[in-house]
Amino acid sequence: MLLRTAWRRAAAAVPVAPGPTTAPTRGLRLRVVDHATQSDVPSATATAPQAESELRPLYMDVQATTPLDPRVLDAMIPYLVNYYGNPHSRTHAYGWESEAAMEHARQQVASLIGADPREIIFTSGATESNNIAIKELESAIQPDTSLVSVMTVNNEIGVKQPIAEIGRICSSRKVYFHTDAAQAVGKIPLDVNDMKIDLMSISGHKIYGPKGVGAIYIRRRPRVRVEALQSGGGQERGMRSGTVPTPLVVGLGAACEVAQQEMEYDHKRISKLAERLTQKIMKSLPDVVMNGDPEHHYPGCINLSFAYVEGESLLMALKDVALSSGSACTSASLEPSYVLRAIGTDEDLAHSSIRFGIGRFTTEEEVDYTVEKCIHHVKRLREMSPLWEMVQDGIDLKSIKWTQH
Amino acid sequence: MAASSRAQVLDLYRAMLRESKHFSAYNYRTYAVRRIRDAFRENKNVKDPVEIQALVNKAKRDLGIIRRQVLIGQMYSTDKLIIENQEKPRT
Repeated sequence: MLLRTAWRRAAAAVPVAPGPTTAPTRGLRLRVVDHATQSDVPSATATAPQAESELRPLYMDVQATTPLDPRVLDAMIPYLVNYYGNPHSRTHAYGWESEAAMEHARQQVASLIGADPREIIFTSGATESNNIAIKELESAIQPDTSLVSVMTVNNEIGVKQPIAEIGRICSSRKVYFHTDAAQAVGKIPLDVNDMKIDLMSISGHKIYGPKGVGAIYIRRRPRVRVEALQSGGGQERGMRSGTVPTPLVVGLGAACEVAQQEMEYDHKRISKLAERLTQKIMKSLPDVVMNGDPEHHYPGCINLSFAYVEGESLLMALKDVALSSGSACTSASLEPSYVLRAIGTDEDLAHSSIRFGIGRFTTEEEVDYTVEKCIHHVKRLREMSPLWEMVQDGIDLKSIKWTQH
Repeated sequence: MAASSRAQVLDLYRAMLRESKHFSAYNYRTYAVRRIRDAFRENKNVKDPVEIQALVNKAKRDLGIIRRQVLIGQMYSTDKLIIENQEKPRT
């Protein structure tokens, strides 16, 4: 009790440096609100006249990245403040406590996917893990060894691949099986032994953990040999040299443990919210297509195409909601998604797609707000669309001969 | 400490909810309140005192996490979300 009030006083005495008025990276501005209508904020920083006058958009882009779970940050902070030893230092307590934390995190990651901790190598993220796994192909001993690499859950349309079946086939043909499970780990049950997975990439920041860390699962029985991408001091069994970043891996481990505990609860809730979002939109708008197989689908990733509406203009109209039309990795280019093209989506529908991400922290209010704004703007944009007008008049767009200019 | 009584569990429940309402981030605040309610509701029929004690101990640890993270969130707080202006505060 005493400690807490001391904290409060100390925090209140701190000049409002981190607040929105003087923070170096200002948040996204949307609009100004009247200070008189501000609700009570029992904040320690509410001393200075607050410029809480700009409102942030809702976050509906969890496939791009996720916020840290408070439980994860809580686990990490001690290793950023006091327990800062190098986990590879063998001669003192700082090293030993850091190593213990690293090995505990390794166990947490392994437990989530049914692996042995010795099969988990920490990396800087799923991209590095993917590169390590693919490089294995080049260092294969037998000339005819090959590798199958499949995403467990697709990041654009949320489709779940039949991993167990693929694993079975690969195992029977003696072909290595790698899966990029960045979007799947901690969200759907995964077991590397049941599914006969040889290599798996894991990403921290997709499961409410920190950015800059991931892991690769490498099967020991039967042994899968990989070649190191980066050489150096031989850390991580020689497969990935470089000091293991204890605070980050502690975060990854904590994220995995929380995910294991919360998987069922999250899945149930996210499924309900996803159902709510799709039903409400489909009920109020015609000509909306959900991309991806509805049977084998992770509910938290909903990709919808709104016919006769350009995806980018809808995204810009929905400025109060953080969304994406396809994967963040390709968001800079204006090309329609390769994933949508691959599933046979028409060119025009591919340009009209929006991806809605629902995660652990998404609320019903956020879903309702997003749905309401989406319906409003789709209707408005369609009103302005000559294509829509033609469709309303009964013209079949496919029969039109567009003249070249 | 003696086995946790109903009163102690309720006190813990109330303390956790009260603390969670102080999260300045909308998403953390709503998650914590919701999760605490759902977790206590889900476990309300547990009879085994050993299991009850284990759950109470975990809840106490979680209360500590909430307290620390609420403080950190308040020290680094930023603007509210667009929907916070419209809905009732602290739901």
